Amino acid sequence: MIELLASHYAYVLVFAVLGIGLYMTIASQNLVKKLIGVNLFQSAIFLFFVATAYVEDGRAPILKTGTDAPLASPLPQVIVLTAIVVGIALTAVGLALIVRIHSEYGTLREDTLREVRTDE
Amino acid sequence: MSSLETLVVLLIVGPILLSLAPIALGLRYDRVGWPVATITTAGLFAAALALASDVFGAEGTNREIARIHVLGNFDAPMGIELVADPLSTLIALLITGTAFAVLLHTRTNGPRGNTFYTAYLLLVGGLLGITLTGDVFNLFVFLEITSLATYALVASGDGPESAVAALKYLILGTVAASLYLMGVGLLFMGTGTLNMADLAATIPELEGQNVTLARAGLAFIVIGFAIKVAQWPLHSWQPDAYQHAPDGVTPVIAALVSTASAYALGRVLFGVYGPEFIASTPNASAVVVTIGCLSVVAGSTLAVIQRDVMRLLAYSSVSQFGLIVAAYGVLTEQALSGALIHLVGHGLTKAGLFVAVGWIAIAHGARTVDEYAGLAGRQPFVAGAVAVLLLSLVGIPPSVGFVGKWYIALGAVEAQAWPVAAVILFSTMLTLAYAARLLETMYVTPPLDSTVEPAHDTPAATDGGHSKSSIATRKSVPLGTLTVLVLAAVLAVALGFAGELFVDVLEPFLESVLEVSS
Repeated sequence: MIELLASHYAYVLVFAVLGIGLYMTIASQNLVKKLIGVNLFQSAIFLFFVATAYVEDGRAPILKTGTDAPLASPLPQVIVLTAIVVGIALTAVGLALIVRIHSEYGTLREDTLREVRTDE
Repeated sequence: MSSLETLVVLLIVGPILLSLAPIALGLRYDRVGWPVATITTAGLFAAALALASDVFGAEGTNREIARIHVLGNFDAPMGIELVADPLSTLIALLITGTAFAVLLHTRTNGPRGNTFYTAYLLLVGGLLGITLTGDVFNLFVFLEITSLATYALVASGDGPESAVAALKYLILGTVAASLYLMGVGLLFMGTGTLNMADLAATIPELEGQNVTLARAGLAFIVIGFAIKVAQWPLHSWQPDAYQHAPDGVTPVIAALVSTASAYALGRVLFGVYGPEFIASTPNASAVVVTIGCLSVVAGSTLAVIQRDVMRLLAYSSVSQFGLIVAAYGVLTEQALSGALIHLVGHGLTKAGLFVAVGWIAIAHGARTVDEYAGLAGRQPFVAGAVAVLLLSLVGIPPSVGFVGKWYIALGAVEAQAWPVAAVILFSTMLTLAYAARLLETMYVTPPLDSTVEPAHDTPAATDGGHSKSSIATRKSVPLGTLTVLVLAAVLAVALGFAGELFVDVLEPFLESVLEVSS
């Protein structure tokens, strides 16, 4: 068990961050913190992809003649790059929505928001 | 490369590129958005028709008759494929057709800004991408494009409520897409490929640890899509989003976004994993069936107690998609074809219903069931269309709703999945309960108060400010709206006779995913 944890520490880290992100998304009452939670959750998945691409003693996946050392897989990294761009767009839209909510209701807290909305 | 394979890529690139046109042209001209969007979607519909006539007319197995575009001439599995096979072409037809028809409705009613049509075209492009892609990671990217456009469209509703609904949708939708991405990551670890056809060939041969990875991936993917398709108890974003989106937009979102996600779930379950792998995974089929059945019961029950018509229809979607997901879990050919027929039929029905409900809300300010009193006397065509579509939703023959349910029920009985068969019967009764309540209010209850001045041309306040019945005066229905409603109602009935046709069209796909296993 200990050995498994020691050799797979990257995955342990990834799933810890994943859990923290999901917990923040659910438990935090602050909308901005909720969005940070979503971001953490996403980042953990990006890290997971990067971790899967790791090859022991592997080098950067650039073709050169004359060396036959193992290459790290480039595909997960390209995927993560695309996913990061998507994540940025989502964060931007989310923040824009939060700005609108704040200017309309004057609060960033979800519980206050719920009270304000039921009062109307 | 034949011209038809180019069509496949144009179906995706066209709307995404042209989505820039309304903004760019908007710098010089006002109200250029609607013509651009209409011409684009009409072109897309024509392209989908051309593709359909070719794909449906061809003979052979699924892979042989599919029109495959290899992007950038990098062959699969290294490159990315776009695949138009019988199933994806059918869904592409539904998407382009509905997108075009709803635009006819927004001509007079909908949001008019140029930016609105930009988001609309982006949404259509994303949906077609989900439909036509042959690569599981590309599917994620298109899911997110669709989602982003949907968040923007939901948030463009009047009033601050829509921003809250959009944020809720954004957070849940992002978590869902991320879970799907996680599943893709696990699947990639297990198999080393992302191409759907390649995955389908690799997965049955997996051994040892890689099987576990693929199974874990399956779990993540199913849960991710369960949120996207709005399955109970992960549906909470959906009624808010439907209710607070602008009335012209709800039909597209309700009819297409969840439908595309449900299609994608079916694609991954059957086109990638295959029934054999799911059947060999302990409890996988049972879990999928349970998610579906719970959603059917919970969605119908929640729909029965709603007072707001839009929310009622939104919860009804939860239950109808539950039926589709449950049918996926049954893993027989009958049930699968039933699920796919129901997918198309439900999309059409809901598009029509939300167009009608949206127009009634804009023209009369009527939003709750009680406010529909006397609608049939004042608006016979709208009420008639709503009645036909509601009956199709219940599953009264001959209607497309009946055909879908019939095949699902047959499949469930065939597989001896009695809970599914029981749930279909139960949900039909509950659907009848809420549909009959609306029908009775429209046709039997007299208008509450005929002296109230109806709200002219102003969108009603989202808080239901016009609480008294406003359907007291006759208003002429705009031609576009009327066309859409009549088309939807006629199609809902006409396709009811076309159950065999559906099965014929889908046969190559069904064979490719099911024959191998049996």
